Amino acid sequence: MKLHRITALLVRHLYLYRRSLPRIMEIFYWPFLDLVIWGFITLYLARYQSQVPGFVTFFLGALILWDMLFRSQQGITIAFLEELWARNLMNLFASPLKPSEFLTATMAMSVMKVTAVSIVMAGSALLFYSYNILIIGAWLMPFVLNLVITGWIIGVFTTSLIMRFGQEAEVLAWSMVFLFQPISCVFYPLEVLPTWLQVIAWANPAAHIFEGMRTVLSAGASPLGNLAWAVCLNGVFLVMVVAWFYRTVAYCKEHGLLVRVGE
Amino acid sequence: MMAIPVLKASALTKRFGDFVAVNGVSFEIRPGEILGLLGPNGAGKTTTIQMLLGLVTPTAGSIHMFGLDLSTHREEILQQVNFSSTYISMPQALTVEENLCVVARLYGISDRARRVNDIIKKLDMEEFRSKTTRKLSSGQMTRLTLAKAFLTEPRILFLDEPTASLDPDIAEKIRLLLKEERQASGLSILYTSHNMREMEEMSDRIIFLQRGRIVAEGTAREIIDRFGKADLEEVFLKFAREQRQAS
Repeated sequence: MKLHRITALLVRHLYLYRRSLPRIMEIFYWPFLDLVIWGFITLYLARYQSQVPGFVTFFLGALILWDMLFRSQQGITIAFLEELWARNLMNLFASPLKPSEFLTATMAMSVMKVTAVSIVMAGSALLFYSYNILIIGAWLMPFVLNLVITGWIIGVFTTSLIMRFGQEAEVLAWSMVFLFQPISCVFYPLEVLPTWLQVIAWANPAAHIFEGMRTVLSAGASPLGNLAWAVCLNGVFLVMVVAWFYRTVAYCKEHGLLVRVGE
Repeated sequence: MMAIPVLKASALTKRFGDFVAVNGVSFEIRPGEILGLLGPNGAGKTTTIQMLLGLVTPTAGSIHMFGLDLSTHREEILQQVNFSSTYISMPQALTVEENLCVVARLYGISDRARRVNDIIKKLDMEEFRSKTTRKLSSGQMTRLTLAKAFLTEPRILFLDEPTASLDPDIAEKIRLLLKEERQASGLSILYTSHNMREMEEMSDRIIFLQRGRIVAEGTAREIIDRFGKADLEEVFLKFAREQRQAS
């Protein structure tokens, strides 16, 4: 793996964002809007706390963490789509760039996006609702890291599908992640799901992170078990999805799709 | 003694389902040689170039460049190869200069700023170096993709209709530049064009493709004489009409 090729792609995307207000707005607009809407829902529910269970205070933390996962996935998929829209895929794949370097660059891009969004969301939550995400404590960092990796897994999977099926699969860049939201148990505990769905949710690393977050906030207990599950599942799925990406690149080269997808 | 070829394609074949795009094509390019690849639309020129660039995997046959097998030495080979085509683009929101800087990084070029400056001067791109790529005319865009190809100082260059959208003055300048580069650095070029006069002027040898097969090979003069035609354009028309009738 060569650092200069990875930084080439990073610089390419940073050039893009430096000059494009809509792209910068896209990073911040939805998280901010989410935060405003859900923030007020939280306030409303908190005001009627006697009728509503106490876990409504988890909403803001859950929302911020969910958005980190979402931006992480978007960082990967949108970086690929930018190349596709620019008809630049041929230039990249006919260069010495390796698929691993391409993925590393998009993952680095996704970390930058998540960092920017996290600062804005955490700052806004503090300013508007006096909500401090740091109450999660030292567990926050491992939670975030695991959510970012889950975002990568969904992002690489989605990118592979777009590469394989072309621009008509573009909509997956925005919709795929929401398929995982119900089984990520973002705003409710896993136990509210039907038993059969709980089994599926247990295989989702994000569900363990959100369960862990609730464990910390409600009981102040250690979420080590949840974290261990999330790390193991993320490890397994990341290896699987990267292998799937390599397989897709090979399939696309065999069927001439890599050239056609960028046309 | 014959120079060792920088590129050797052997029995190159590509099938897409039942359709055979390239059928057992073998050829070589020697150091400093300009090889013209001619053929009507659908003859297999683009698929051949895409296989040489590692974008499409051959169904059968092999590609060796600089004595290395492309299937096992992709990175080393592509570091020394580049291409330009009227059919590709570059990120539209980046300026000409930014796009070239990204390419320079991608290929690990040291002294990037100087090299980018040099190539901008060489291709007369100074007046639009700070323009975003989406604002370029098609001629300027062609020059940018050529600049991208020259920037990395490749040993082999694949040029797919490099002068198609250029005005005659710039086209002449590009042809001159290609000849100079070939003279100075021993650059080898695989060249496609639908401009037969240009092909005659530029190519040391020509390969004619028809329905994925090589149907003629030699210098422009040899091919013209072999088929008893007045010029290369007449030979081209003969093959194009035959291909159309067959399909």
